Amino acid sequence: MAVQGEHVTGTGFFTSVDDVSARLAEVGYLASTAVATTVFLADRLGKPLLVEGPAGVGKTELAKAVAAIGGARLVRLQCYEGVDESRALYEWNHAKQLLRITAGRDETWDEARTDIFSEEFLLPRPLLTAIRGDQPTVLLIDETDKADVEVEGLLLEVLSDFQVTVPELGTITATRRPFVLLTSNATRELSEALRRRCLFLHIDFPDQELEQRIVRLKVPGLDAALAESLVRVIGALRAMELRKAPSVAETIDWARTLLALGADTLDEAVVRDSLGVILKHQDDVLKAGRKLLLDGVVAAT
Amino acid sequence: MSDRPDMSDRPEGEGRTGPEDGPAAVAGRLTGFVQALRAHGMQIGPGETLDAAAAIQVLGLDQRERVRAGLAAALLRREGERAAFDAVFDLYFPLAVGAQEAARGADPDAARRAGPRSAEAREQLERLRERLAAALADDDRAALTALAGEVVETLGRYGAPGSGSDGWSAYQALDRLQPQTLLARILAALRAGEGGAGGGGRAGDFTDRIEADEIRDRIERFRKQVGGEARRRVAELRGTDEIARRAVVAGPDRIDFLVAGRDQLAQLRRIVQPLSRKLATRLAARRRRAERGQIDLRRTLRRSLSTGGVPLRPEYRRRRPARPELVLLCDVSGSVAGFANFTMLLVQALRDQFSKVRVFAFVNRTDEVTALVTAGRADPAGLGSRILAEAEVTGWDGSSDYGTALGQFADRYLDAVGPRTSVLILGDARTNGRDPNLDALRRIAVRARRTYWLNPEPTELWSTGDSVAGEYARQVQMLPCRNARQLGELVAKLLPV
Repeated sequence: MAVQGEHVTGTGFFTSVDDVSARLAEVGYLASTAVATTVFLADRLGKPLLVEGPAGVGKTELAKAVAAIGGARLVRLQCYEGVDESRALYEWNHAKQLLRITAGRDETWDEARTDIFSEEFLLPRPLLTAIRGDQPTVLLIDETDKADVEVEGLLLEVLSDFQVTVPELGTITATRRPFVLLTSNATRELSEALRRRCLFLHIDFPDQELEQRIVRLKVPGLDAALAESLVRVIGALRAMELRKAPSVAETIDWARTLLALGADTLDEAVVRDSLGVILKHQDDVLKAGRKLLLDGVVAAT
Repeated sequence: MSDRPDMSDRPEGEGRTGPEDGPAAVAGRLTGFVQALRAHGMQIGPGETLDAAAAIQVLGLDQRERVRAGLAAALLRREGERAAFDAVFDLYFPLAVGAQEAARGADPDAARRAGPRSAEAREQLERLRERLAAALADDDRAALTALAGEVVETLGRYGAPGSGSDGWSAYQALDRLQPQTLLARILAALRAGEGGAGGGGRAGDFTDRIEADEIRDRIERFRKQVGGEARRRVAELRGTDEIARRAVVAGPDRIDFLVAGRDQLAQLRRIVQPLSRKLATRLAARRRRAERGQIDLRRTLRRSLSTGGVPLRPEYRRRRPARPELVLLCDVSGSVAGFANFTMLLVQALRDQFSKVRVFAFVNRTDEVTALVTAGRADPAGLGSRILAEAEVTGWDGSSDYGTALGQFADRYLDAVGPRTSVLILGDARTNGRDPNLDALRRIAVRARRTYWLNPEPTELWSTGDSVAGEYARQVQMLPCRNARQLGELVAKLLPV
């Protein structure tokens, strides 16, 4: 296998899929087979990883965990409507350039011009920061779907060749490839061009066994039997047609709540009191109440 | 879970990619796999195929679930394609070849020779059902996989081997096995074993309430496994490429409205929320863009007077935040009810994009159902039956009559349509031979800002039989709308800014 060749392009954080699962678990991220395999591939093939999935399944956490393992700095670009080149890529420090021009009044124009467009006056933004520098880097582009379509065009050069072109300076190429992770909640369809440059990973709600392990890892004091029934109830709620299905984050919140309430089994009263922790819409609370035969919920709220 | 002994990681499933296993064979299998995915409408370029090959090279072929995840990472682009991907993957990278280990011990032909109604066959069936019940109660994945193989082998076989018309049928196997009737038995077994190890008995009283749902889920999963297993066996017989083309189901956004079953309609309802969110973002972005950049010449010139006639600061035209009104007129008769209900739910989810939404339903009478649809948010599954029960949409008989319905709408509710209204009419335009009443449609179209007719039938079928699609299409623009993806695209395109 051409593993030697791969090391040049890959980020080289991991040695095998098992290594990925084991080390992710060490930093408190329990990964499914699909997650571990895909992270390993992204690391090995040196391709960006596009992660989609419902809110609260740990997309952003994955990037943080990988950074923690690789001892890498985490560079984060939070996308929002209206994020642009000067926020994502780089910007010239105009104020400093003006100061420089006024400071050197008696030099020629050519001297001043070459000087003010040098690296000293460049303000790197996340994408450029991630490309420059020699230390291992994890670049997290969060909520890519919130950014405008034009920004995707901007990302293409960075993601396919790991380089940034600054017209006044030339092209800056990464000396060391960052591990790139893009997240999306799929509120907007990302362009095919962007998708084609990435490996794709859909993180869904974990299966019951994994979720139990997650709950017991995050809420250590919780009784095992209680964790099991809690995860089963969450599974039943997700199977219903709710407006907002409870995510892993809500499962953990619920587990913490039950621990704080000192409950040792799930009974009707406990669930009635704490259903608001997992369900965020009144319609959903009513519907779940009917389903779980909790007439009290309907009456109480 | 890599640390769990997954059923697919069993030694006998390792690295089985087909009869021969050299690099060329793997490459051939991979390209065949990609071709099959393309046939299901996935856009996969040679670049992705190379990625997939690189993934296989890095991962090796010895762990099937990893190969699945790796290929999905390289080839999939959206989650909607997942179901088709998994089914095709199971065909091209099967767990085993031929009958499964567990099934080989049993002599499938003994019972078959004796005929399905013999005592022997009945006894064999009863034994299978018993083991299935035990495996379902314990949720033992490995045992269930083995059982699916055995069930297909012993109960699903039809035709004489080697005759060319033989094969395995999941339908026949499940019809004989009747796994759904095991529910009560499993529940009883679980209740009896309460307090003991395994099963779900430990959790106490509360989780009993969801136990039945969980068992039903497991049975459903088992039925799917049997389906996959039968496809795999037939694929070995007839050639993988052929079966991959015919027997794999589409993702939820490609389900044909007209042939969707109950499960598929449930899947469709589940994508209403994400789809509406996507459409709302798109509409909002378009509205925002449309606001920029229009210079108000009169006010710019006026302002330029203060700077000596030089227009230093341009004045932009301000838009009235006019949100369009929407009127939905839906045929809810049996043939197209699934389409109508889905569209109603989608429009309901999008209601804050419009200043006013009114929904009318008809079979052969027209009635307003806006209130029912608004209330239907809490229980989308029951919307269709509630409309039929509570609104006056049928007269003497239950067959649709577009002429009368359009006429009634034009007579009674024409004031719902104004110069800012977009009207969407949904239906297959099959009038059962009655008068199409083109005049009524014309009266509606004249008043509305735009009128579109969405027809869930493919264009080839328009104006065949009792369809008068062609005549209606001359009055208003008629568009084919066969699945959720098309509907989403149409809604985004048709609605005014």
